[in-house]
Amino acid sequence: MAAFLLTPLTACFMLVIATSALRRSWLNRFAGILAATVVLASGITISVSVLADGPITALGGLLRADALSAFMLTIVGAVGLTATWGSLAARGATERRAFSYPTLVVAFLFAMSLAVLADNLGILWVALEATTITTAFLVGHYRTRKSLEAAWKYVVLGSVGVAIALLGIVLLYAATVQAGQPTLSWTLLAESGISLDPGLVKMAAGLTLLGFATKAGLAPMHSWLPDAHSQAPAAVSGLMSGVLLSVAFYGILRVQAITDAVIGPDLMRGLLIAAGLLSIAEAAALILRQRDLKRMLAYSSIEHMGIIALAAAIGGPLAIGAALLHMLGHGLAKSSIFVVSGRILAVDGTTQIGQLRSMLAQRSGVAIPFLAAMAALLGMPPFALFFTEVAIVVAGFQRGLGWVMAVAIALLLVAFVGLARHTSDMMFGKDVVPAVGRESLVRVNDRSSHGPRLPLIAALTTTAVIGFLAGPFSHLLSEAASVLGGGR
Amino acid sequence: MTDAVFAQSIGICSAVLLLSAVLLVWRRAQVTALPLLSLQGLALAGLVAVMAIDEGSIELLGLAVLVLLFKAIAIPLALARSGRGEYGGAPLINTATSLIAMAALTALAYAVSAPLSVLGTGPTIQAIPVGIALVLYGFLLLVTGRHAIAQLIGFLVIDNGTSTVAFLSSGGVPIIVELGVFLDVLLVVLILYVLTGRIRDEYGDADLDDLTELHD
Repeated sequence: MAAFLLTPLTACFMLVIATSALRRSWLNRFAGILAATVVLASGITISVSVLADGPITALGGLLRADALSAFMLTIVGAVGLTATWGSLAARGATERRAFSYPTLVVAFLFAMSLAVLADNLGILWVALEATTITTAFLVGHYRTRKSLEAAWKYVVLGSVGVAIALLGIVLLYAATVQAGQPTLSWTLLAESGISLDPGLVKMAAGLTLLGFATKAGLAPMHSWLPDAHSQAPAAVSGLMSGVLLSVAFYGILRVQAITDAVIGPDLMRGLLIAAGLLSIAEAAALILRQRDLKRMLAYSSIEHMGIIALAAAIGGPLAIGAALLHMLGHGLAKSSIFVVSGRILAVDGTTQIGQLRSMLAQRSGVAIPFLAAMAALLGMPPFALFFTEVAIVVAGFQRGLGWVMAVAIALLLVAFVGLARHTSDMMFGKDVVPAVGRESLVRVNDRSSHGPRLPLIAALTTTAVIGFLAGPFSHLLSEAASVLGGGR
Repeated sequence: MTDAVFAQSIGICSAVLLLSAVLLVWRRAQVTALPLLSLQGLALAGLVAVMAIDEGSIELLGLAVLVLLFKAIAIPLALARSGRGEYGGAPLINTATSLIAMAALTALAYAVSAPLSVLGTGPTIQAIPVGIALVLYGFLLLVTGRHAIAQLIGFLVIDNGTSTVAFLSSGGVPIIVELGVFLDVLLVVLILYVLTGRIRDEYGDADLDDLTELHD
């Protein structure tokens, strides 16, 4: 059983070594896909095993997978596969990527897998900091002034934010030392009922939330996010937007489960509602007047993290289950759309919304997946995000947070209008002034998808059907929610 | 070690920690910053060593050596190669204002540390506000510094503050986490160092005011 937990980590680790030592071009092309596939397969295997036989531990309890970890690992794998496969360059295409690119992508997957499998807040912290380290040069990969600026802001804000979380974790540890049971294992912290000092736990809760929220892209600590996500290569943007934010939020969920048991849910609930509403408001305002496609998608991620933060504030099996499903649906749709935007950048040479017009008529090969992914992100049925958003709102009203939900719905509508308007401009809008070099007078439809179709079809189909999947899947979600004290 | 000697040693080490941070904010030149960072690392290592001797803990003693090698020697040496000169050229606030801000932050550090008194009344617990103050000073350096190296030093002071709180409040987090944290911080410093070099190559100086291309 323990081997299940070690497989994804060992595989990623060996691929890191192999890509940096061997430098074979075929290995570099497929290393990311291979790593993501192993992570996805392990995630599914562990989910099945956990549902059948309960949590698995390895390495003397340092690693542990319950339903929540298993589900998160599956998200890491699924989004990772969409992003790496979707951005697979054609064979023989001149690789402009530095040799370190595949190594760093695999190391990034390793760090995220470690973060969700560790049963120790300290290791979780180390792994989250490692995600900053592995992605720093990926953000700055294009070596332009803009990407350099993005990388600098990302590393400084990311590592300082996470350093605040470390201070919180240190205080939590001090509280356990004082209680006579020194531990950072959140299983022990959440389940054994150690009597921790409420004053210390309050401080720890605030600091840890602040730190992890920086990494999760919640306002007002989100300022690195649009820069980093717009400057990174498409696959990396997809990975960061689609799953890194969720992994950081997973840290918040774990800490919340611990602190709620000691000081009650009010403190975390208040902070999460504030951060959630602020994130959605900020995202809505900036989506409306956005000029760059990738920045618009980055703000959409902030919006979705805000929704997830509200769900965490609401609590309970319905809201938490919906939040987890939301992470998966958002991850798949967002990584797909970032992959497509990378193809648009490669073909049209720009991601400026104002320069992209009548895509559906002229580039249906990339426009159709773009529209499908955008429909998913906008929360249109049958995509999963429709159901999760409805479930979160219903749960909010049930738990007496009606006014929060009302404000959130109003803000979401603004974001919806902004995203829909920009999308319709790009897809259906007329070329007012024909862009130079785009041969817009020759109206030949470019049906090529400019990259693998299958990963996008698979990811978006999954997003579309997953809301209807009952049985083992909903069982996994409710188990994962109950890990976080979903019964409360 | 008698209680009095222990309390005095802890007091001296935390005083040096605090003083070196004050001087870092006051004198913003790389020539003085690196020895000061080194001194801060030394004081932190001394703090851990004193606690190790008091508790007779070999593990803590090993950590003290690690802190010494890493924070007092390796990082300042690495930064020493990144050039010399003023790095604070024009911080957002002048020296007098930043010293007043530091006084306020020190008071704040003692105020917010009140819940920590439940941990006990020993000299280590009483020194915890020093660690919190270091974290706040680090933020001050980070927010007001307009130069890449100034922000890097701010990050290191925040990390020193967190480590100080960790050692004083609980004798350090579990060793495997501690090692992971060391490795992460070292890598972040290296990355920031490489990026500083790239910014300098691109703009001729590592002044962060030049980084203005990304905005909404």
